[in-house]
Amino acid sequence: MRYAFWPGCVSRGACPELFEAVVRVSDRLGIEMIELKEASCTGAGVLSEQNPELADTLNGRTFAMAEKLGLPLMNICSTCQGVQGRINYKFQNDATYLSRINERLAEEGLHYSGNLEIKNFLWVLVEDVGLDKLRSMVVRPLRGLNIAPFYGCYILRPSKELGYAEHPERGKYLEKVIEVLGAEPVDFYGKSKCCGFPIVTMNRRNSLAMAGDHLLEAKSKGADAMVTPCPLCHLNLDAQQPDAAGIKGQPIGLPILHLPQLVGLALGIDPEAMRLNNHIVSTEAVTEKLKVKV
Amino acid sequence: MQVSLRVRRFDPESNQGPYYQTYSMDAPDYYTVLDALIHIREETDGTLGLRCSCRSAICGSCAMRIDGHAKLACKTKIIDLTADGGEVTVEPVGNMPVVKDLIADMKPFWDKIRAVDPWLQPEGPEPEREYVVPNEAMQDLAGAMNCIMCGACVSDCTVLEAELNRGVPVEKTWLAPAALAKAYRFVGDPRDDHQYDRLEKLSDSGGIWDCTHCFECIEVCPKGVAPMDRIMALRDKAVSAGITNNNGTRHAKAFHDSIKAYGRLDEVTLVPKSVGFFNIRELLPQMPTGLRMLKAGKLRLPHKAENKKKIKQIVDSLDKEQME
Ligand code: SF4
Ligand code: SF4
Ligand code: FES
Repeated sequence: MRYAFWPGCVSRGACPELFEAVVRVSDRLGIEMIELKEASCTGAGVLSEQNPELADTLNGRTFAMAEKLGLPLMNICSTCQGVQGRINYKFQNDATYLSRINERLAEEGLHYSGNLEIKNFLWVLVEDVGLDKLRSMVVRPLRGLNIAPFYGCYILRPSKELGYAEHPERGKYLEKVIEVLGAEPVDFYGKSKCCGFPIVTMNRRNSLAMAGDHLLEAKSKGADAMVTPCPLCHLNLDAQQPDAAGIKGQPIGLPILHLPQLVGLALGIDPEAMRLNNHIVSTEAVTEKLKVKV
Repeated sequence: MQVSLRVRRFDPESNQGPYYQTYSMDAPDYYTVLDALIHIREETDGTLGLRCSCRSAICGSCAMRIDGHAKLACKTKIIDLTADGGEVTVEPVGNMPVVKDLIADMKPFWDKIRAVDPWLQPEGPEPEREYVVPNEAMQDLAGAMNCIMCGACVSDCTVLEAELNRGVPVEKTWLAPAALAKAYRFVGDPRDDHQYDRLEKLSDSGGIWDCTHCFECIEVCPKGVAPMDRIMALRDKAVSAGITNNNGTRHAKAFHDSIKAYGRLDEVTLVPKSVGFFNIRELLPQMPTGLRMLKAGKLRLPHKAENKKKIKQIVDSLDKEQME
């Protein structure tokens, strides 16, 4: 299993623990990643507000780089998946537009055919590694842990542009992975909702209230921790959690794990190597239950 | 096929709160959720309250939550939801008060639509005959004009939900997707002469910059109106019109400039740049987050793309084209 790898800005910025974790977990699972070091930010849906063609060109460039390697593209961020998936869908359904983008890419000697497969790490886990193989590699079953899944909008919607017609189960992958790792998935209303991150500078109160609602709901349903494939969700759910608690007027204290960290724990990887101590909300409740030291 | 409909019931005249009632039936394969509900009302339980009219996805009166998401009951076939012997959960739309069972009070929805002045406001002398508009302009608006006012998008809007959850009175909540899509329809109409005023008003708090980009409205809209995409287009129109003194515009610009400079997003300066470096009133509440992140080693120098000048070239050339 080889992939062109787009780490996303956040795993290279405010969430270095995500990068560390995915490198180690992929190594265990036999996923080989070639990092696209020259690729740019996807624009996270913000760039396309002002200049859609600019966002499309930059992402087309990334796709062309992956294609040049002859590899599918893997990302580790729901938002990257959504932006890349949506733009890929646009290219695949508008050949004239794609050839205009290709004219721009030609200056750098790049070309994109429109045929790239783009997969978030979560989809790679289930569709390419396979749940059976994953189960067979678990050495530290996460027994006794109740884990609330939190998807992030961009990996779910618009479902039409994200391949849900061919893969209707993609909306249940997190629960499946949680189960395979030996933990218990917590079902709650907010799991497919928005974390609030995109409006943190525009309407801070709403943003924090959104995070707070989902965190408190998951907690009230018995969650020991929450897991997300999206580092932007992670920022709002973890780094902003103390303020979300403030807005909601009650303490929260729910550890938030990046998906590769949760997998890594079950694969027996050292929590410190995955920087579980790099979080704002302490992850001790999780490591204590598993009786591993950070 | 055998199917059970788990319906959320509520009768304001009883002293009981909302509860769920399950109806089982043998439903023909062609049955929509609405067919099943009408069947229940006519054959088994005449007290079930629901609203419908056209039965063909035109009138917009039968929006409700089906398995957790807002849908038109008359456009949703049971066979597409569940297998033989399965269960479907039916609830009234969200974010609006319930009158009875599946019937919601749409007043908040209509109030928001009204708030964007949903009528043409031309200035100057009337043309001698009809107004003539270019075809392309109307084609762009046709998508937004497809709205049948069903309220599905407002039902599932996450920002509205968060506001109502934290106790914001409904008349103070934000404009929400349907009204903003409607606003787009008038801002984009070449016959209208109040575009600037409209955009200015829409850029205030509770308007276009409050959308959290969650795609729920795009996902649930039965008519392909894609309200979120209209909101993003309104943002672009507002900025192009020079209405830029707001955090949303600064945020978008900081994003753009970071990509231009590093090829990557630099979260460290995004917040101060968005709220404005000298905006102490808004920066202060964000300080604890920053300090916490600093302590946890989460604030680092921006990571840069290799060969980033190539990215800058693309940004520059497309920016230039857009200016022209
Ligand atoms: S994308 Fe914006 S308008 Fe649409 S549902 Fe989400 S927050 Fe509401
Ligand atoms: S935009 Fe779509 S979902 Fe919203 S009211 Fe109009 S038709 Fe219904
Ligand atoms: S009954 Fe008219 S839209 Fe469903």
